Parts: sequence; structure tokens; C-alpha cells
Amino acid sequence: MAITQAEFDIVRTLIRGEAGIVLEQGKEYLVEARLSPLARREGIASTSDLIAQLGRLKGPLHTKVVEAMTTNETIFFRDVEPFEVLRKEILPKLIEARRTSRRLQIWCGASSTGQEPYSIAMTLLDIPELASWKVDILATDISTDVLARARGGLYSQLEVNRGLPATHLVKYFEKKGLEWQINDKIRSMVRFEFLNLMKPLPSMTAPDIVFLRNVLIYFDTADKSAILTRIRGVMRQDGYLFLGAAETTRSLDDRFERLPFSKTGCYRIGSEPQPALRALA
Amino acid sequence: MRLMLSRMLQELGFEVSQAGHGREALTHLQSHEDTDLALVDWNMPEMNGLELVEAVRQDARFTNLRMMMVTTETEMSQMARALGAGANEYVMKPFTRDVIADKLRILGLTE
Repeated sequence: MAITQAEFDIVRTLIRGEAGIVLEQGKEYLVEARLSPLARREGIASTSDLIAQLGRLKGPLHTKVVEAMTTNETIFFRDVEPFEVLRKEILPKLIEARRTSRRLQIWCGASSTGQEPYSIAMTLLDIPELASWKVDILATDISTDVLARARGGLYSQLEVNRGLPATHLVKYFEKKGLEWQINDKIRSMVRFEFLNLMKPLPSMTAPDIVFLRNVLIYFDTADKSAILTRIRGVMRQDGYLFLGAAETTRSLDDRFERLPFSKTGCYRIGSEPQPALRALA
Repeated sequence: MRLMLSRMLQELGFEVSQAGHGREALTHLQSHEDTDLALVDWNMPEMNGLELVEAVRQDARFTNLRMMMVTTETEMSQMARALGAGANEYVMKPFTRDVIADKLRILGLTE
């Protein structure tokens, strides 16, 4: 049974308050799809009964609802091209720029179940020169559940079928029963930590590369702008930011400039403010 | 399965031919050298998928042909064997339409 408008409002107020994520009208189906399995797991009769319990004092159930609503599907090497741009364009530039320190710091925000940071790790291993460098990948998410899953690096057959080249599956995974586990070498390259993008960023080594793809779309304009400004403040001034191809920094943070890769939203911090988007309607 | 894959590929813009076993597939390829992609089941009568991949890879006319195993065989050793023999990709059944679409992107056949 579909949830009522009042129930939808309870959930979206909670998600907006805790994670900054905007659930637009019409996303009632999403609430039902995400909370119905949670209700079953919690032994609660229905989604409506679960939402009714959110009226009580905040507790573990609120956290579980936020986690269920903010976990998004991800696949290995999603969109393919950003990883090609990383390997062929961005990493060679950074290898040249960091030749003295021989260190690279990468931050992957909203890393969900880990496919994105592990794809970055596999891309780094394609570059033999980096084998002797100190490279750290920090992967963060708001859900402690997905962080635990990501740390374990265990994936179903369907998950490894999607997006992952078979050569990488053979090279970097081991079969564990019906599942596949990414090997220790790749797992040791990625550190998973809790981080809420809506809060001030914790102290971190300034990243040379930030991956935040298909994340900003869930926030409203003011929050998108605040997140981008915080990222700009923490990343290396000659670093790179990857967003989803359809996402933009224009009119949100005027210091990022987009690099000319058609299907990859790759940005660096420009020397001049970028003009706002103009339109005629 | 073959019908389902054919339909998926047609929807993605491919002209699709079908073969019932490895030998028939090899004969077809020899008369259609401009084929871009061959989806190959491991378990086929007369000539199995691995034998087909090995036979195709010995023929210089098919350097540009992408070969993708689509199979119930899920052991790592078999996957390594197929890739070693010259398969470009490997899909384990069951799969979804998205899996095939992702693999075609990896092979550079779709955007």
C-alpha cells in the first residue's frame, strides 16, 4: 500500500535534516521501495508502522532510515570514460607535478558499497610508476552499513558482472563461495570512513583528486554550493574534482572550471572566477 | 537465451545472426568477416565455446572481432582460460540487460 503524503513528509523532513538530501514530491515510491525491506528486517508490520515510530525520540531506527534512503546503486567503473580520463590525462599530469614528494591523496565522497574507490585503486595499479609512490584513497559515506560492506570487499555475481572488465575480475578478485572478494592488495589501498557532506569537513590530508560523482544531484542549490566551497577549501589548489557528467559547478561555485572532456565532469580550480550561467526564457 | 540476447542486441542497434553451435558459428564468421561481436556460450554441441574462441583467434581475418563468453561457468580458472584463449569479455549467467550494455561499453562498441 502506498504511503500517505503525511508519512512522506515525515521521511523527507528527517532525510533533509540529517543528510541534507532533498526528496522531491513524487518520490513516494522510493520511500516505499527502500523502507519496506527495512520494516521487514526490523520485524515491523508495514512501512506505515515504521514511519509512525519515527515520531518518537531519535534512536537507531532513525539512523537506519537515513541509511536506507541514502544508499545508492553503484557499479564498478561507472560510465567508463572518467576512469580513462583519470588514467590517461589526470594521473600523468599529477605524476609530473608530484615527482618530488611522490605522494598522491585521493578522496572519494559518497562511496557507497565501494565500487568507485576500488575502481580508482585498480586504475592506479595500471600505472607501473605509481607502484613506488605513497598513494592513499580515502572513501567516505554517511551510511555505516555500506561502509562495513565496502571494507569487506565482497560482491555478488551480479555486482561483479556489471562494469568490471573480466581481466580485472581475474586479476584482483577471489571467489568465495557464491561471492567474489576484492584482494587484500586493493583493499589495503582504500580507507573507508564515515563522513556527512552536510557537516564541516574533518581534517584530512589535502586531496589531489576528489571523486564526488552523481552525489550533488540529491542536494538543493544552497547545499550544493556549500559542499563545493568546502571541497575547494580542502583540496590541493592544483588538484582535480570529478563530478557526474550531467552535474555542474556553474552558478554554484564560480572558481571551478570544467576541463574539456565531453562525457566526464572534471574540474580544476581556475585563476579567475567563472561567469554564472546565463539564459533567455 | 539466444533469442533474448538477440533481442537485446537488436534494441541496441546491432544486426544479429544466430548459430546453434560452435562449428556453425565458425562457418558463419568465415563468410561474414565484418562481424563486430560474437557472443559465445561455453557449452555448445559439436564445437564448444572455448574451441570456437581458439579457432577464431588463429585466423588473422578476425583480429578486430570482439568475443564475449556468456556462460553458466563461473569458476575463476575457466574465466582465465577463456581470456587466455582470446575472449575479450566474460559474462556469467544469470545477467541483466544492464550487464550486457556495460560490457559492450567496455568493448568500445557502444557509448
